[in-house]
Amino acid sequence: MKQYISNIYSALITVFIGMKITFKHLFTPAVTIQYPDVRVALPGRVRNRLYVNMDDCIGCDQCARACPVSCIAIETVKSLPGEDLGKTSNGKKKALWVTKFDIDIAKCCYCQLCVFPCPTECIYMTDVYEFSEFEREKLVYSFTTLSKNEAIEKKQNFEKFEAEKAAQKAAPKPPAPETPSTNPQ
Amino acid sequence: METKTSHLRSEEMILNMGPQHPSTHGVLRLEVELDGELIIDVRPHIGYLHRCFEKHCEAMTYPQIIPYVDRLDYLASMYNEFGYALAVERLAGIEVPPRVEYIRVIMGELQRIASHLVAVGTYGLDIGAFTPFLYCFIEREKILTLFEMTCGARLLYNYIWVGGVSHDLPPDFIRLTKEFIVTFKPIIAELNNLLSYNKIFIERTANVGILPLDTAINFGVTGPNLRASGLKWDLRRDDPYSIYDKFDFEIPVGEGWHGTVGDCWDRYYLRMLEMEQSIRIIEQAIEQIPDGDVTSAIPKRIKPAEGQIYSRVENPRGELGYYIVSKGGLQPHRLKVRPPSFVNLEVLGELCKGHLVADVIAILGSIDIVLGEVDR
Amino acid sequence: MIIFEYLADLFGAIPAAFISGILPIAFVVPYALFAVYWERKVSAHMQDRLGPMRTGWHGYLQTIADILKLIQKEDIVATAVDKPLFNLAPILVFAGSYAAFAAIPFSSAYIGANVDLGMLYIIAVSGLVVAGILMAGWASNNKYSLIGAVRSAAQIVSYEIPTVIVILTLFSIVGTLNLYELSEIQSSNIFNWMIFGGNVIGWKKIVLIPLMFAAFIIIYLTTLAEVNRTPFDIPEAESELVAGYHTEYSGMKFAMFFLAEYANMFAVSAIVATLFLGGYHSPFGYLGNLLGISWLVPVEQFFWFTFKGLGFVTVQMWLRWTLPRLRVDQLMTVCWKYLIPLSFVIFLLVSLLMVL
Repeated sequence: MKQYISNIYSALITVFIGMKITFKHLFTPAVTIQYPDVRVALPGRVRNRLYVNMDDCIGCDQCARACPVSCIAIETVKSLPGEDLGKTSNGKKKALWVTKFDIDIAKCCYCQLCVFPCPTECIYMTDVYEFSEFEREKLVYSFTTLSKNEAIEKKQNFEKFEAEKAAQKAAPKPPAPETPSTNPQ
Repeated sequence: METKTSHLRSEEMILNMGPQHPSTHGVLRLEVELDGELIIDVRPHIGYLHRCFEKHCEAMTYPQIIPYVDRLDYLASMYNEFGYALAVERLAGIEVPPRVEYIRVIMGELQRIASHLVAVGTYGLDIGAFTPFLYCFIEREKILTLFEMTCGARLLYNYIWVGGVSHDLPPDFIRLTKEFIVTFKPIIAELNNLLSYNKIFIERTANVGILPLDTAINFGVTGPNLRASGLKWDLRRDDPYSIYDKFDFEIPVGEGWHGTVGDCWDRYYLRMLEMEQSIRIIEQAIEQIPDGDVTSAIPKRIKPAEGQIYSRVENPRGELGYYIVSKGGLQPHRLKVRPPSFVNLEVLGELCKGHLVADVIAILGSIDIVLGEVDR
Repeated sequence: MIIFEYLADLFGAIPAAFISGILPIAFVVPYALFAVYWERKVSAHMQDRLGPMRTGWHGYLQTIADILKLIQKEDIVATAVDKPLFNLAPILVFAGSYAAFAAIPFSSAYIGANVDLGMLYIIAVSGLVVAGILMAGWASNNKYSLIGAVRSAAQIVSYEIPTVIVILTLFSIVGTLNLYELSEIQSSNIFNWMIFGGNVIGWKKIVLIPLMFAAFIIIYLTTLAEVNRTPFDIPEAESELVAGYHTEYSGMKFAMFFLAEYANMFAVSAIVATLFLGGYHSPFGYLGNLLGISWLVPVEQFFWFTFKGLGFVTVQMWLRWTLPRLRVDQLMTVCWKYLIPLSFVIFLLVSLLMVL
């Protein structure tokens, strides 16, 4: 009997305590925001969409090798002796034409492993997080500054140069050092 | 059952819970054999989230594995990284600076609070109380914001690296963590009043799904589930790693507050108590944290000598072990994870027998599994 | 009643009966739309959220948008269902809950049917809801639906017993089951409300007040259970039974269940208000009487009636967003071990008191 009454008592009292708490929350301001109208300020270290500053890229392929999901595809062509590719912002001389720099952002896992090995800090993560697309292909971002024809031209130039060199020396050279990493498609 | 109607033909009903079901905590499928509403047997079917993690690791370098480790127990990513980093450091013989150890402990304990908040909140949801779930998530979001500030990601951090951490703490971190602790303490009391001490909640969970200590040990149950059964077993104290031996904290154990030792309420409430202890550890760690460089001990390339190691840590869900075999290469030759959720899940069938359908949900929620870790 | 007579003068008795029968629909549907919106807002603010904010000012058009969406939706009927029963069930459930409105006096000027056994009629007709739910559960050919429906039937049937006992208690005081008469008994003074012992006077009233409070809590809980609201919402316990008996329903049929649920919520709240809190009577007297405008009084009464009804509906929502739900056996325990004995004790004490 004592148990019976204490059950009724504790049931009622705990229900009232709970109701008091939810009632209090009825008047606390909401923590949610009206997203597209209001946006949360993101901290400086936030990791969202990757961006590559091609002016600084030397085509070293380190980011592609660090990537655990192989979402970065880089192809490079050696520049010819006379060509000047300019310098990166931290003073490194560029020696490779980057004919392909594709990031399949649909594969990217935002782990930031590609950012740290970059010698010129040209690949980094931005605070852009709204980039959904209806087609998967559109999520393959191409960063190279060379157009398709230019890329082909550079490749042909290099091959010609190699061929000439080979003809000059009349001895076969080792194949081009371009290392196409895994194909993203 | 011997009744007067036993000559009537009756069949057991097989109820299929999941993989799409509101409260199987992911894509777990439970095959429940029912006699009316009484449970005869529960058979968990797993594998819907299998991602070949262990095999995949054999093709990746040691740092590349860390983003994948995050995805094991996605509610406790920091702790997974912590455990993995420790294992590789032990294998490769890397010493980490003291500041890194402190940062790791702070992050790990914050992660423990965040993980327990999800466990507690979703448990309320399983029992039918929706509101505590969102109160828990408000607090969890605050922790995730701290993490985001530190490493840029909210869920899958890739923060704790072998030999260090990726970034030093941001300048505001200590102050904001202190603020969080101050605001969080009353929230525990509020959650207790709203949910834990609610008579209906106690009735639903006390004396339900009792896990006796010997069964727990036989099934290899670890973590809060084991401690709720009454054994003071916490790897932070019993097999100290990192700098946990420097802190003063208690290991709460189940006492059968509202029923029998090892029932659902004990398992639930233990998580509440552990959050308080985690706060204690964080408070101490924040006071003691030394200055220093956090990236100095990160090796350029990790190439452990031939050998093997089993290293374990106390993850929010139990003993998380990494067994790594190295053949001296850049990639591990074999990596095996001992996931606490997977082992704890096995006891489900044992716990459910003789209970009602609604209790399956209560018991499953109290075991607190994460399917990403069960299936790997 | 005045409305019915007025209409009868205009159109004749049969069309008038028809029109006054339709009238509650004009109330129930907008009310349900509002209640869904209200529930979402109450729950949102209790959980530190904002709730619907996009459609109109603070999302007040949200439920209309939802209904439009539900109307457009494909009505999915699985092949294995029992089609006639499956299609009939939502209609029956709604009919059951709508029929209860017939005997509820909205104001002194309007009551659908002034039946002498009004209260018993409501109890009886809400039994139809059980049939509808069972139909839905069985016809869906889904295990979750079936379990939900069987639970629901057991629950509603069990909880009718304490409800009826509490009503008997009231009957022993006032001697009528006609809700209109019951409302009139509670007129003129707040202390004439049944929760304060009705029109009983003297020392008996003082003894009655605590008993009536207890009876009020009991009937509130039982009606809560009858409309399957938390903490008694186990038939549609979403964490274990997905959505209970309406798991397989989609589109407008689902909306019918939804509508029925909210209509039911108001119906039981209105009954509780009529039985214990003076029905449509104002606690403060009427502005219409003060100003001498006679037609204003029923309007005010209607306002007070909806106010009380919505107040109880809000408390139901408040409970829902606070409490966890009971287990099926505990639900029966609450009913058979707590509510029924307690209501019997109250019934006995009140009867004794009235005999003295």
